[in-house]
Amino acid sequence: MKKEIPIFIVFFIGTIGFLQYFFIGPISKSVYTLLLEWFQGVQGMAIVMAVISLTKRHLHNLKRKKDTFYSLVTLSSLYGMIILGVFFGIEKGSTFDKIYEYVMVPLNATTFSLLAFYMASASYRAFRARNLESTLLLLSAFILMIGFTSFGDMISDKLPSFAQWILDVPNLAAQRGITLGVALGVLATSLKIMLGIERSWLE
Amino acid sequence: MGIDFAKLPVFFSVLIYVFFLLYYISRAKKGEKLFLRKISGIEAVDEAIGRATEMGRPILYVPGLSSIDDVATIASLNILSRVSKKAGEYETDIIVPNRNPVVYTVAKEVVKQAYASIGRPDLFKEDSVFYITDSQFGYAAAVCGLMVRERTSTNFFMGMFWAESLLLAETGASTGAIQIAGTDAITQLPFFVTACDYTLIGEEFYAASAYLSGEPILVSTIRSQDAMKSIIGFLILLGGFLSLIGKVSIIEFLFPK
Repeated sequence: MKKEIPIFIVFFIGTIGFLQYFFIGPISKSVYTLLLEWFQGVQGMAIVMAVISLTKRHLHNLKRKKDTFYSLVTLSSLYGMIILGVFFGIEKGSTFDKIYEYVMVPLNATTFSLLAFYMASASYRAFRARNLESTLLLLSAFILMIGFTSFGDMISDKLPSFAQWILDVPNLAAQRGITLGVALGVLATSLKIMLGIERSWLE
Repeated sequence: MGIDFAKLPVFFSVLIYVFFLLYYISRAKKGEKLFLRKISGIEAVDEAIGRATEMGRPILYVPGLSSIDDVATIASLNILSRVSKKAGEYETDIIVPNRNPVVYTVAKEVVKQAYASIGRPDLFKEDSVFYITDSQFGYAAAVCGLMVRERTSTNFFMGMFWAESLLLAETGASTGAIQIAGTDAITQLPFFVTACDYTLIGEEFYAASAYLSGEPILVSTIRSQDAMKSIIGFLILLGGFLSLIGKVSIIEFLFPK
């Protein structure tokens, strides 16, 4: 029964979600809303578990004197923000809001900006003409980059449209091939789980 | 409550797919061996776990950044189960950082169950599967830090990824770790292909769990995917031909917008 009950729940909820997709009307809409509300409830409970997990891991680190500094920063940031939010409010202009605005947002932006540097190093590795495929990739990338700048138009007025053709035809054909495979994979995985064929999650 | 007729082709496609699924399962149950082509990324999983064992360093498994209602996350958790079993058999530590609280709770149970299923529940460490943060780049920064500090020798990036994919994969490459990625996010695939040793592209990622298990029934489901793909291929050709001879009305009748 330890396996049968979860499989039955997954099958039942999955079937409701599947059938709901094909029906229109208030009942279908309310079923969808109900499922979303339940999911939000589960999410809310899981957040508590997640915060406990984070705290336990970093307390464990502090006990073992491993990455002490990082763990101290994490725990003080987490609980500091909770205390600030609960006791002093989160409205515009509050300390909570200021820390979010002037610390969290710039930190996020900084991490995101690192992407530009990583892209440069990744491009360097990707665009080396080692074999036929990588040479084709290098050529396509070169045509695309030149084609979409005003420099491309100066070389030939046909270059921008050729660059667009590469994007719209060979590139899109490959993308659609992958999308088809993905859609079937999603369908297969959903059915495998609903029908209890794939049980690795409860073995 | 009425039926949405525009979605009927989807409904019939699912029915046809279920038919193929049951047909190939019955063939597998009769003991028929089904051939599957080799996928180097999946073949490399054992080798990657073995490498971590030899080096005495942990394995990092990132189950994507999406929530549990994303099928890519479910597929990733299935692969996590197989990887955890292998890691358990080799007695190698596995680190699973999570971005979504629900995924964290499920991932923890998956790893715990995987160790229990191989008879080694003692190997499961409570703090090996943990939650980090809901912030996308906060999570990326934390995982990059983990890779550098823990010196993970094998990194798995399986699931749904966005802009953080290259940050993770490039940091992992800079630490010299062997990296296997799998995703259905088309925009992130080029980054993974560039920075990782192996990449499971789209459907390969969904097939990985069945492939790793080697169970005939699960393998048969991949064959049903192929059968369905043949039908779609035929329909594309038919649609192309009908468009060519100007019979667009037939296509519009078969597939209403």
